[in-house]
Amino acid sequence: MSDLVQQLSRSATADRVQARLKQRYAAERRFRAYGVVAIGLALLFLVTLLTSIIGKGSSAFFQNEIQLNITFEPAVIDSEGLRDPAAIAGADYQALIRTALGSLFPEDTDRASRRELIHLISQGAELELRKMVMNDPALIGTTRPVWLPVAAPVDQLLKGHMSRNTELGGQFNARELARIDHLTGQGLLAAKFNKWLFTQGDSRQPELAGLWGAVVGSFYSLLVTLALSFPLGVAAAVYLEEFAVKNRWTDIIEVNINNLAAVPSIVFGLLGLEIFLNVFGLPRSAPLVGGLALTLVSLPTIIIAARVALKAVPPWIREAALGLGASRLQMVTHHVLPLAMPGILTGTIIGMARAVGESAPLLMIGMVAFVVNIPATPLDPSTALPVQIYLWAASPERAFVERTSAAILVLLCFLAVMNATAIFLRKRYERRW
Amino acid sequence: MPFITLLATLLALSAILYQLGKGRALRLSGGRPGVLHSLPTYYGSYVALWCALPAFLLVAVWIIIEPMALQALVLNSLPETVRQLPLARLSLITNEMRQLAASGDYRFASSPEARAAAEHYRDLHQIGFAAMAVLVLTAGIFGGRFALGRIRPALRARNRVEQAILFFLFVSSTLAIFTTIGIVLSLLFESLRFFSMVPVSDFLFGLSWSPQMAMRTDQVGSSGAFGAVPLFAGTLLISLIAMVVAVPTGLLSAIYMAEYANPRFRAVAKPLIEVLAGIPTVVYGFFAVVTVAPFLRDLGNQLHFSVSSESALATGIVMGVMIIPFISSLSDDVICDVPDALRHGAYGLGATRSETIRQVVLPAALPGIVGGILLAVSRAIGETMIVVMAAGLSAHLTANPFASVTTVTVQVVTLLVGDQEFDSPKTLSAFALGLVLFVVTLALNVVALKVVRKYRERYE
Repeated sequence: MSDLVQQLSRSATADRVQARLKQRYAAERRFRAYGVVAIGLALLFLVTLLTSIIGKGSSAFFQNEIQLNITFEPAVIDSEGLRDPAAIAGADYQALIRTALGSLFPEDTDRASRRELIHLISQGAELELRKMVMNDPALIGTTRPVWLPVAAPVDQLLKGHMSRNTELGGQFNARELARIDHLTGQGLLAAKFNKWLFTQGDSRQPELAGLWGAVVGSFYSLLVTLALSFPLGVAAAVYLEEFAVKNRWTDIIEVNINNLAAVPSIVFGLLGLEIFLNVFGLPRSAPLVGGLALTLVSLPTIIIAARVALKAVPPWIREAALGLGASRLQMVTHHVLPLAMPGILTGTIIGMARAVGESAPLLMIGMVAFVVNIPATPLDPSTALPVQIYLWAASPERAFVERTSAAILVLLCFLAVMNATAIFLRKRYERRW
Repeated sequence: MPFITLLATLLALSAILYQLGKGRALRLSGGRPGVLHSLPTYYGSYVALWCALPAFLLVAVWIIIEPMALQALVLNSLPETVRQLPLARLSLITNEMRQLAASGDYRFASSPEARAAAEHYRDLHQIGFAAMAVLVLTAGIFGGRFALGRIRPALRARNRVEQAILFFLFVSSTLAIFTTIGIVLSLLFESLRFFSMVPVSDFLFGLSWSPQMAMRTDQVGSSGAFGAVPLFAGTLLISLIAMVVAVPTGLLSAIYMAEYANPRFRAVAKPLIEVLAGIPTVVYGFFAVVTVAPFLRDLGNQLHFSVSSESALATGIVMGVMIIPFISSLSDDVICDVPDALRHGAYGLGATRSETIRQVVLPAALPGIVGGILLAVSRAIGETMIVVMAAGLSAHLTANPFASVTTVTVQVVTLLVGDQEFDSPKTLSAFALGLVLFVVTLALNVVALKVVRKYRERYE
């Protein structure tokens, strides 16, 4: 009797345990799935971000150009025949383009058609012709086919970014569309590599806007940052790791460095605005000041990385050097630093990569102006690559969306190269003791 | 670039003196370098340092003092009527003067007086520079000669040189402190000027923010337009949304990486997630504007639901994505630091892996995780580019994530980009906002670092 009860209750317990176990295993599987979903979600974001930007930006590396048979009319360019550079520079090159276009569409003689025709061509085409003639005055009097950039709306239409239907945001009427189709059919319109993007400064015309000015500005800023933050960062790390006595003072320094590493970068911009511009009177918008502000941003990163690298050098290296009669400084400079250098360089590159993508402090010190000229020195007004992205992103023209994405791709390429170098250094030279 | 030439000359001079010092030490040793106290190169460095240090010090002093001295001199030479002008006008005039002098192109001078002043400025600048260059080079030569004269075999050159280098190392390490002091002083200085115009209580507790209105000179008083509560609320709303996205995603992926994933999966997935941390924030901002915000707006339209195209939701989600790797890598470290003995104990009692994680590992790692989350919150609050590009400009006091809100950093940027007038509350309010931002993030960081450090000590 009691046996039976026991048996029954045991099997009931066993059933309960079994059922509970089932629940627990299900919970286990669910928990695991949450983890996979979370990682999948993070990776999905990454993929969406990259594909969205590559999808939008890749077409900006090409720019549609039109082939025109330009007659370099002496009467227009250099009516006095003196080959005076000032006269050549001031000539009406649009007239040459108008003539060439007119010969392509002889039937369009009314003023409205003429205006529509010239609007197919970028304003940069005139500059292009002027540059050609200035470089080679022998062109005057000849006729030759020249590839010239088309206006941004035409470019966008040909790339399929703009609807042909005016009700859906298209900018062209039926006649204009017919003309563009006619030119395409004759092979006079073709997408070519966008050289403006890589040689020009900023421009209000999307088809002429380039990144080169921003790249040069970023380069100067980074040069200043590297020249300051590398020696100062390594010196600070060496002092704290190798010489400083552990006391209140070094504690304060440590806490300060860790906090600065987490201070929002815009605060460094405010500091730069107040100290570098208002107190020292350095020029606004200059890469020099940008570099100084970025130094403050990247210094904590570099100090922390350098300290980790110095810590990784085993103590017996130091003891051996001291035992052979080296002074403490000789021990550091001859033995510890060279061994820690790969790690320090890796940290420096990562700090620099952070500085390249940083824009908030640069906005504060005025590197956000519209700058057409390529800066020649670190004191000239300039923008930087991420700030250029910000500026273009704020431009209303459709064509700038494409260029912003292209600029982002260029920036990401720089970052990828820098990070790959850092990883390579770490893999190649890192020593395990 | 005469300045570069001067620096190059100084360096060349130091190099020559280095050789001279080294040669002199060797000569004095009479062919037996062993009698020298230090290696010959240290004597060279000793002389070079005596040449370069005083000279560079002079250059530094000149760089700091010159602009102020020059400005005072030129202003004094201006006619009395100009000097009586208010400070703002005066600074405009000196700015014009400086720009004219720097460009060397006086055609755009606003008046003959301005042109004369600019030319005067330029002359003074050139004379000052020439005098400084002569002084610096003389100092370098005399310093070097002095040091050369002091070279004896018994001179402890190495110790002297090392002292100088150690001093440089020490000064570099204090730079962090000076940066902090610089931040506090510059923010405090301008904020105090702001608070002399707008009461602190109005700023901290006021409910309406419209700094543009204060620009109108016909407006009586500017109080009431600088209530920063809507900005704080907007910042918190966006940060909250970011945390709602980032904390579960980051934490769960960290748990999976640390506890479940095999090494091969980990080696691929972990760096990929960290790529998210390496993407510049301006890229996230653009992504929010052109992809996420329109997507949410269209989704809202389909559900007959009004979503602003500058919604806090879109901004917050994208900011959350940016913060995921931050939380996941910090939590990953913390979870891996939990001793295996705790896990084995739980397994021994029959717990499943997820039960072990939820009831043993996570409670043990909680302080570290909380510290990481606090650091992430401080990042979200201080994040600038995403919100500048994707969030709104006008301040609304709302908790609706589909509406447009503005944040502290957005306002700092909009107030300071473009024309700045350092005597109007509009420009100065940016510094007051910066001060609040700095104090809040600093407090978060201090607490977070303390929590993390305490936690580390527990398991070491």
